[in-house]
Amino acid sequence: MTDHNMALAQLEAGESPIIEFSDVNKWYGDFHVLKNINFSIKKGERIVVCGPSGSGKSTMTRCINRLEEHQKGSIIVDGIEMNDNLKNIEAIRKDVGMVFQHFNLFPHLTILENLTLAPIWVRKTPKKEAEEMAMHYLERVKIANQAAKYPGQLSGGQQQRVAIARGLCMKPRIMLFDEPTSALDPEMIKEVLDVMIQLAEEGMTMVCVTHEMGFAKTVADRVVFMDAGEIVEANRPHEFFDNPQHDRTQLFLSQILNH
Amino acid sequence: MTKVFQPSPSLPPPVNSVGPVAWVKQNLFSTPANTILTLLSLYIIYLLVVPVINWGIIDATWSGESKAECTAGGACWAFIRVRFDQFMYGRYPIEEYWRVNLSAIMLIVLVGMYAVKAVNKTMLTAGILLVYPVIAYILFAGDVFGLQRVETELWGGLFLTILLGMIGIIASFPLGVLLALGRRSNMPIVKSVCIIFIETVRAVPLITILFMASVMIPLFLPDGLNFNKLLRVLIGITLFSAAYMAEVIRGGLQAIPKGQYEAADAMGLTYWQSMILVILPQALKLVIPGIVNTFIGLFKDTTLVYIVGMFDLLGMIQLASHSPNWLGTTIEGYAFSGFLYWAICFAMSRYSMAVERRLETGHKRN
Repeated sequence: MTDHNMALAQLEAGESPIIEFSDVNKWYGDFHVLKNINFSIKKGERIVVCGPSGSGKSTMTRCINRLEEHQKGSIIVDGIEMNDNLKNIEAIRKDVGMVFQHFNLFPHLTILENLTLAPIWVRKTPKKEAEEMAMHYLERVKIANQAAKYPGQLSGGQQQRVAIARGLCMKPRIMLFDEPTSALDPEMIKEVLDVMIQLAEEGMTMVCVTHEMGFAKTVADRVVFMDAGEIVEANRPHEFFDNPQHDRTQLFLSQILNH
Repeated sequence: MTKVFQPSPSLPPPVNSVGPVAWVKQNLFSTPANTILTLLSLYIIYLLVVPVINWGIIDATWSGESKAECTAGGACWAFIRVRFDQFMYGRYPIEEYWRVNLSAIMLIVLVGMYAVKAVNKTMLTAGILLVYPVIAYILFAGDVFGLQRVETELWGGLFLTILLGMIGIIASFPLGVLLALGRRSNMPIVKSVCIIFIETVRAVPLITILFMASVMIPLFLPDGLNFNKLLRVLIGITLFSAAYMAEVIRGGLQAIPKGQYEAADAMGLTYWQSMILVILPQALKLVIPGIVNTFIGLFKDTTLVYIVGMFDLLGMIQLASHSPNWLGTTIEGYAFSGFLYWAICFAMSRYSMAVERRLETGHKRN
């Protein structure tokens, strides 16, 4: 049985969720950006979140590690409720990796230093051990020969693969991806998606905001469609793409698939 | 059959577009108007430089015991020569000059050790910032280990100028960083305190602060409690330039993309970790020109201590050019101090450019 199937089996067995949104609401000033989000994600699940821009999909994802604060409702991640308690937030952030649209590598540090920074300072891993681990993950994303360079010397696709490796170095239980391929040249999207697919096959819990519908079809356990701050529809990919329940979903899919 | 794409080879640029002759042609004599401007500028430079050289070198008098002996019509450099030691050390006792010299040599050696690869840079920095000042203070002030006591009132000349400048720079920098971080803090009280401090200090002239430090504060202190004037002035200068430093650094903090803060947060770094490891190294690098600007400004502003009765380099020169033997040598004095200030500030500026180049990591946005 592959890791993927095992994760699915656990999922079916009804394990308690690793991420749970209950009646989550959020406002930017007067703008109601998240409306009554109720959603739970089980361990090992791969979730793809899609929707038009401004639909709140990034905001929802960023609430999981509290880069954004929600004002109403509760978000429980790995058994810890996200509230103002700084210790809770730091504890969760150790276990939740994040990959951003614009990579957000630290330009003043080498690739290797980017990867070892958090393990050394947050996990208190000895430097040598952290470097070995970093090289291991750099090899996995096929970029180990660039370890001594600075981010500014790498292509976008390489930088994004480094960013994924940086997230993995903290041995996270959950990985969040916020439009990881949106800022990339078409030629580089595939190399990043390949890394993400590999990660998915190993059973990582993933929440991925993306417009890569091919990725959603092959990798996702569920696809979530959001519009105007609400979850319109969430379903298994084949159901979602072949038989969308909601007319808003149909409209979105026709626009995104037939361009 | 598919064709194989072969990029064309890169060729060198045409010969007549490189080299010094081409440069002169392109930049100085490209058009008739440009040629006229070039010749006119050369003529103006000639008009300015010749009298300066005549006055400063050809017609100058290099030795003598008073202004009366300077009869050649040019600069009276004898004045600088005779009074040189006072310009360097102020009224520090002559037989104790070695203590100042020794401290200066120690500092130069310590700083020079940064170039040695085998030296632990962290330890060296700690030594320079924590141990060296104690040793230097003992040497300057004396009164222990059989060293003769030298009151701070006697410290002066370039020695005092550099002392004020260096302590001001070293103390105001960390304070400025803290104020800048405080001003961007989410904590309302910390934020307000920092804003009030920065805005108040920036709104007051340095002279006012120096007067406050030297004249007003002693009036409010209870009898018997009195601390050194040099120390009070130093605190004044430090607080003053910390406010400017804070605003320069805040500019750097604001220029760092939000994504950098988010990436640091998302990794679970604490506030101080993310500031020290991620944000400040980038922000400070961005504002090196502004920081050095403030340093240079502070260094030159130390001349204002003359107003409160301390004799730094400029103060000693003023004092000396008013002595009966040397009346009428103000220009030579100012030229000399101007040259020293220029040399020191220019060195700071070049050093900062070297630091910028060293920290360049190919992430330039231009």
